[in-house]
Amino acid sequence: MSSLQAPVLEVEDLAVRFTRRGEQSTRAVDGVSFSVAPGETIGLVGESGCGKSVTSLAIMGLLPRRGVEVTGSVRFDGNDLVGAPDHVLRGLRGADMGMVFQDPLSSLNPTVPIGTQVTEVLLEHREMSKAEARDEAVRLLDRVGIPDPSRRLKEYPHQLSGGMRQRALIAMALACAPRLLIADEPTTALDVTIQAQILELLRELVVDSGTALVMITHDLGVVAGLCDRVHVMYAGKIIETADRRDLFARPRQPYTGGLLSSVPRLDSARGAPLTPIRGSARDAIPWSEGCAFAPRCDNAQDDCLTEVSGSTVPLVPDGPGRELRCRHPLEHPSAPSGATASGAAR
Amino acid sequence: MTALGNYKRERIDALAARAGQLPEGDAGLSLTRSAFRRLRRDPVAITGAVIVLVFLLVAAFAPLLAPKDPVTQYLLSEIRPGTIPGSQEGFPLGVDNLGRDLLSRLIYGSRQSLLIGVVSTVLGLVVGMSLGVLAGAFGGWVDTVVMRFVDIILSIPGLLMAITVSVLLGQSQLSLMIAIAVVQVPIFARLLRGSMLAQRGSDYAVAARALGVRKGRIVFGHVLPNSLSPVIVQATLSLATAIIEAAALSYLGLGDPDIARPEWGAMLANAQDFLSIRPALAVWPALCIIVVALGFTLLGERLREALDPKFRR
Repeated sequence: MSSLQAPVLEVEDLAVRFTRRGEQSTRAVDGVSFSVAPGETIGLVGESGCGKSVTSLAIMGLLPRRGVEVTGSVRFDGNDLVGAPDHVLRGLRGADMGMVFQDPLSSLNPTVPIGTQVTEVLLEHREMSKAEARDEAVRLLDRVGIPDPSRRLKEYPHQLSGGMRQRALIAMALACAPRLLIADEPTTALDVTIQAQILELLRELVVDSGTALVMITHDLGVVAGLCDRVHVMYAGKIIETADRRDLFARPRQPYTGGLLSSVPRLDSARGAPLTPIRGSARDAIPWSEGCAFAPRCDNAQDDCLTEVSGSTVPLVPDGPGRELRCRHPLEHPSAPSGATASGAAR
Repeated sequence: MTALGNYKRERIDALAARAGQLPEGDAGLSLTRSAFRRLRRDPVAITGAVIVLVFLLVAAFAPLLAPKDPVTQYLLSEIRPGTIPGSQEGFPLGVDNLGRDLLSRLIYGSRQSLLIGVVSTVLGLVVGMSLGVLAGAFGGWVDTVVMRFVDIILSIPGLLMAITVSVLLGQSQLSLMIAIAVVQVPIFARLLRGSMLAQRGSDYAVAARALGVRKGRIVFGHVLPNSLSPVIVQATLSLATAIIEAAALSYLGLGDPDIARPEWGAMLANAQDFLSIRPALAVWPALCIIVVALGFTLLGERLREALDPKFRR
């Protein structure tokens, strides 16, 4: 599904370190690279605390400057955004790159009517009169499926339902037809039925307007429904990259496999136990000491915990369009391509 | 059976009609408006509001309500060392040591108390909020400088500060107001700054940044309106403190020197020489101060609860 068009966003070797005086700095994100082309949807998947959200904030330049060290490059249209001055970033945010947050209620200003918040973005980035902006806001709310938009404009966030709030937030993010949309767990706070509607809405947007979409989620159902390519993150690093189909059919990283088998399935036998991953993300060890996932991994062997050539477990090509960071990946006998690549991984 | 059926149907219809209207009736109902809606149903808040309103009306219509002139001396023939005439025909609460009608003086006194309370609080609010916005909006070294300045003011005990200021400015009604305002400034400044700092990290502020909204707009359009409710509450509570402080300063002889304007604190100070002869001279103005302060406090406390989302069901 990879597009031939030049990528809108190229993230290369992105690392984020939180430094605190008198304390050891924490690497929240380490060596993350990926790219998104117009009309493409990629997924960043992982448990809470694996660095997905920090990655998205780093791309948008929304991390605080003090106490945070961002290295690597985030190229939007070929221009590096890491360390770009504030006014450059501000001009891009909202206009060329939009973001949708997890909690629609707290992401909307409770004291300001929806309409004002939508028109604000339009007035900020487009040459428009207030009346024009209002009309455009009505059109936008209508587009994201909010019924009776001209009345909703006057309402306050607490008067809308959760789904409507998220639609309003999406409308704000889309106001200036951005070429990149980052959605940080946009459906986590919503009901299942509403989730489906919001995902459908996002999919339509990608198809209709060729927006590049970065979907940040821990929900593999969302990934299955929406994403073309998937990057699985663990402890700040990408540990597996694959097309959606390949990933679901033949997960190679034991962590990915674990994620997939932790999801309840409608078609599994009744009473069949779920197999959760042992422990929690807090059990991760520093990558410098081996594979961060090793303490929780069923496939782990001695060499997972020893440094090889003084560096961490590398991310290596693993068959066509796949990358893998693992010394003892899951084997899938039906997949000959995987078998050859696993030799390379070792 | 049919009656019951009808009843049920009517109720369902009524509910359906309400459900249909509710968003309509609710449309455009901001947080402040819904807070006031809640206040209207709160007996404590109503009590506070009624007290405040009564005093406001009394102050506004003092010339009509007062039975006598507050500065004219009456019954002088009956005032002797050791006796001050009590309640009698035409003087419901009696007269003070100089023969002035106590009730009329109390009524006129409400003007001074409320005026000083309101003006000094507004003055303190304006200056305090300006400093708070300055610190909260810019942060960094501006914040440090402003807040250290505020801390210095705050470290001086309030009454001592007020006394110093009113001594420096000379004795007048205006200097009394300024003195009380100076004490309020650091409270408002700290409060607004703290509240703004908390709001600046909120999700909607980050979301607005993610939409490329200008910093000034985020601060004044998003952060500030959401930071105001503790300040509004504090202002209501400060009215009570300001009235008490005005009385305290007058009591210490730093009040308004114009004897044509009776003031509760000054009346209280004056009455202490005659406590053993006629305690009522002290009791009544004290009661007025307490009740009006209570009114503002009740209103302020309930306003805090109404505006605070944590108290909302």
